[in-house]
Amino acid sequence: MRDLVTLENLSAQEMVNLLDLAQNMTEILDRPLKKVPTLRGKAVVNLFFEPSTRTRNSFELAGKYLGADVINVQPSGSSVEKGETLWDTALNLSEMAVDGIVVRHQVSGVPQQLAEILDIPIINAGDGSHEHPTQGLLDVLTLRQAKGRVDGLKVAIVGDVLHSRVARSDIWALIALGARVSVAGPPNLLPDTFEDLGVEVTTDLCEALQDADAVQVLRLQKERQSTGEIPSLWEYRLRWGLTKTSLKCAKPDAIVLHPGPQNRGVEIDSDILDSPRAWILQQVKNGVAVRMAVLFRLLGGGQDE
Amino acid sequence: MKQTALLMDADAVRRALMRIAHEIIERNHGVHAVSLVGIRRRGVPLAKRIAANLVLIEDEAPPVGILDIGLYRDDLANRPFTPVNQTSIQSQMIDKRVVVLVDDVLFTGRTVRAALDALSDFGRPKAIQLAVLIDRGHRELPIRPDYVGKNVPTARAERIHVEVQEVDEIDRVYVEKITGSGGEE
Repeated sequence: MRDLVTLENLSAQEMVNLLDLAQNMTEILDRPLKKVPTLRGKAVVNLFFEPSTRTRNSFELAGKYLGADVINVQPSGSSVEKGETLWDTALNLSEMAVDGIVVRHQVSGVPQQLAEILDIPIINAGDGSHEHPTQGLLDVLTLRQAKGRVDGLKVAIVGDVLHSRVARSDIWALIALGARVSVAGPPNLLPDTFEDLGVEVTTDLCEALQDADAVQVLRLQKERQSTGEIPSLWEYRLRWGLTKTSLKCAKPDAIVLHPGPQNRGVEIDSDILDSPRAWILQQVKNGVAVRMAVLFRLLGGGQDE
Repeated sequence: MKQTALLMDADAVRRALMRIAHEIIERNHGVHAVSLVGIRRRGVPLAKRIAANLVLIEDEAPPVGILDIGLYRDDLANRPFTPVNQTSIQSQMIDKRVVVLVDDVLFTGRTVRAALDALSDFGRPKAIQLAVLIDRGHRELPIRPDYVGKNVPTARAERIHVEVQEVDEIDRVYVEKITGSGGEE
């Protein structure tokens, strides 16, 4: 394993290794002194071309907890604004003896192309509507902690699946690890190609939630409303919002996940977010642990067998 | 050609761990301020057994922690990838207490060096002592054990195998002599 660009191309065994390692990494987050020397002397660059708070901070802390130096490069205030191409930016960074680049970009496929050009590990922190592999891993890690396993579970993914890189990474990870997946959302935001993967696709929220052990609620990208892709927020909540009533369609012990940031009262109600069934803050913590595992695996974790 | 010779059988291991327990008590005037920390992997069952011996002798159970030094090794990049850090230690077990590190074999001292680094991330012990079942020599760092089950003079190319019931379903220690070509590992 040299880069982490997709979960689609990652073997189930490699995912399990990363999940086990991430589980072990959570221990460091509970220590009084949260820093190990493992990646001391390594430099990681967060190269984010899209706004992000959670993922960028999470990668930054993950690197720092492992002892690496982490810098953040954003297009505003950098030479990107002066017209430098992405490839030149990346090549220049790699010449500064950087050991790994974490990249987020609005265009699908950018991390893959960077991985082909550069010799150092590239970690995809979200590319267009393609993938968000560390999010997929932290979601299955949270699921595994809550249920003790992934194999044989049913997970419903709800919302704008078409534009969601989170949904895609979740689906690859869940299927590889033996879970069943259903997706629900507005008809024009549901790709029917997912049916070929064995995913149940429906516009009926309650049908997707049937027998579900977990519900992943996707953030409603409000800008979709202005483009006419969704009806009013009020109507969206009525049909696809996770409320006390709609959650009744799932198993009584189903857990609720959300990649954040949440629109309270739109895709998910406040009383669910604040209930013990929500494992959303656990997801945030697991996010740091997963990114520690990935950084360790790619920048310092020994050789492939 | 490989040749093996038995160094300790189950009885010998049992007696050595009992003696180490007595020595820990004698040196620390009891166990009320003592914690044991086993270095993964085989140091952990050994630490638990020493703790059980301490209960037998002193009727007091010291806390036992698990330390995985995987994140502290200086040779990580050259080893096969494994999910490291199966650590389980609370700060209360470390702060202001005498911590007895337990491992199966003391060789170059690099594992212990890493363990000392790791321990300091959990708190500030009053003192750290080192108990090993086998001391085979060939130190590369200024580290010495406080409690030793058995001193075994070895050649560098020889391998010491410590097997414990909890992991290997048998208690024994044997040395594997590599004859013929010889040389460094």
